[in-house]
Amino acid sequence: MSDFFDIFLLEAVINGLLLGGLLALLALGLNLIFGVIDVVWICYAEMMMIGMYTIWWLHVEQGWPLLAAFAAGIATLAVLGAALHQFIIRPVLAAEPINQLLVTGGVLFFLQAVATVAFGVEFRNLGVRLPTFAIGEMNLSLARLIAFAVALAAIGATWLFLSRSYMGTAIRAISQDRAIMPLMGVDPGRIYLTTSAIGGGLAGLAACLLVLQYDIHPAIGLSFGPITFLICVMGGLGNLIGGFLAAFVFAQFIAVGGFMFQLEWGYVIAFVFFIATMFWKPEGLFAKRR
Amino acid sequence: MNRSRILGGVGLALLLAAPFAGFGTYPLHLAIMALLWGFIYTSWSIMGRLGMVSFGHGAFLGIGAYGSVLFWNTAGVSPWIGAVGAIVLTLALAVLIGWPCFRFRIVGHYFALVTLALSEVVRLVIVAMRDQTGGSLGITPKSALVDGATVSVGALQFSNKLVWFYIVVACWLAALWVWRWVDRSMDRLALEAISEEEDAAASIGIDVSRTKLKVTMLSAAMTCIGGVLYAQYQLYVNPETVSGIGISLQMVFGAIAGGMFVMLGPTVGAVFLLALSETLRIAVGNTIHGLDLLIYGALLVLFIIYLPKGILGTLLARLER
Repeated sequence: MSDFFDIFLLEAVINGLLLGGLLALLALGLNLIFGVIDVVWICYAEMMMIGMYTIWWLHVEQGWPLLAAFAAGIATLAVLGAALHQFIIRPVLAAEPINQLLVTGGVLFFLQAVATVAFGVEFRNLGVRLPTFAIGEMNLSLARLIAFAVALAAIGATWLFLSRSYMGTAIRAISQDRAIMPLMGVDPGRIYLTTSAIGGGLAGLAACLLVLQYDIHPAIGLSFGPITFLICVMGGLGNLIGGFLAAFVFAQFIAVGGFMFQLEWGYVIAFVFFIATMFWKPEGLFAKRR
Repeated sequence: MNRSRILGGVGLALLLAAPFAGFGTYPLHLAIMALLWGFIYTSWSIMGRLGMVSFGHGAFLGIGAYGSVLFWNTAGVSPWIGAVGAIVLTLALAVLIGWPCFRFRIVGHYFALVTLALSEVVRLVIVAMRDQTGGSLGITPKSALVDGATVSVGALQFSNKLVWFYIVVACWLAALWVWRWVDRSMDRLALEAISEEEDAAASIGIDVSRTKLKVTMLSAAMTCIGGVLYAQYQLYVNPETVSGIGISLQMVFGAIAGGMFVMLGPTVGAVFLLALSETLRIAVGNTIHGLDLLIYGALLVLFIIYLPKGILGTLLARLER
């Protein structure tokens, strides 16, 4: 009986690893925006929720092919991200930091309400069920494997973009010194907009990957938002590599904790671990000392 | 006696006499809710205005609300004792979160995100303990008002709204007094120095973590009492209305909408938010599910963009000019 238990535990660990890729993708978007603009989008997971609904609506209601719906979902969120910056973040950039946080909190309510008004509170799903396959006695889902691979590829692509392209270099430069870049002839407004669009697009990609695994409802953002915040804080806000590593640690807590007890307890254990880490390594688990 | 003191006295007398003007039970209910939320928002502002922006006070509100109900329902312990238990738990949690945060300089955005996650974790614990708490469906304290009784002091249950009105007024006045007391204490000066420049404050001998922790515990305990009052007045609580992100953000909104830097600001915010949600509820109704929340969210965003100092804060700044 005991090795039977172990095989399920191993399955939970592998599922945790696969979830880690997704959380790392979400953390990357949030971290990128914070690193560049110095604003946390509290509504980040809710934007992802809007992306999931967009894909669902285009594919199920409008009969678009799935890949086209995915592309449209990513594009919609990139535009939404840019719009969020242009119309809501920009006017409060000079205000107190708390107002910047709060204004995106207002957007969180707003987006949840938009989804409720437009689609109701019923659970929706794509109706696409990718096969699962068995390795030994473990059942692994293809959707999760694809999500993991795509998330890692996207993170790699973002990394290449930031380190190799001109725009990427400008983005990294402005995150290091906000004041000096305008003097070098870089228009920070444009960089902020681009970053916001990329951040939105990453949320859109996360939406594509999540919509294959989860049912959609207006509050689904709450299942991913708080855990993403913890990941970013633990990795050191704005620290892309720290966030990437912390995502995998947290995903294990959720997957294994949820497997041993209940899903809710998995989140609670992750949070307790987070607090314990702050006592033990206050600069963040993977953050560089400043 | 200066003018503002006379004004305050007259206002208080009017407030205390208001229930006898014969407005009926619905306005009385609204007044109770406004003062109760005014009390809770004021409790939040006691730390919020000193640079410690907590997005997680829903955690303390939830512990208060569920603490008193659970003690009463499962063990038959009076909510008075349950409240003490809830406060002890709240203080322990506040220290557990606050100490590492303050000790290790988790401030600003970091602090907000950590506390936001805390409130969500408390919500999840309430949901996960569904055998005791009823999960997402919520819970009702067992009624102590048998045989037509209207008052049960031991169970903290009163069917007469008038009793609740005076209880809530008393708590609200106490919160204002605490606000004033903190405002006049050395700790406020210390905290203002800290929120300006933490290193400089530490260098002149201010124990930064301890000062912050003191105010945090005070604010958390008061919010917990607010949770107890809410549960006992409404006689129904569910995880969404007393804990989690929604209510935690609402507290911050309320305080900021009114103006968190002036004593009556949070109360004005409570009146404003209550008026807004009641108007939307009546005007929009339940015909389109979520429409009221949509307008609410949009208005809050506009509010923060165009009136960042809050209603009372902006008004007072105008008057001074």
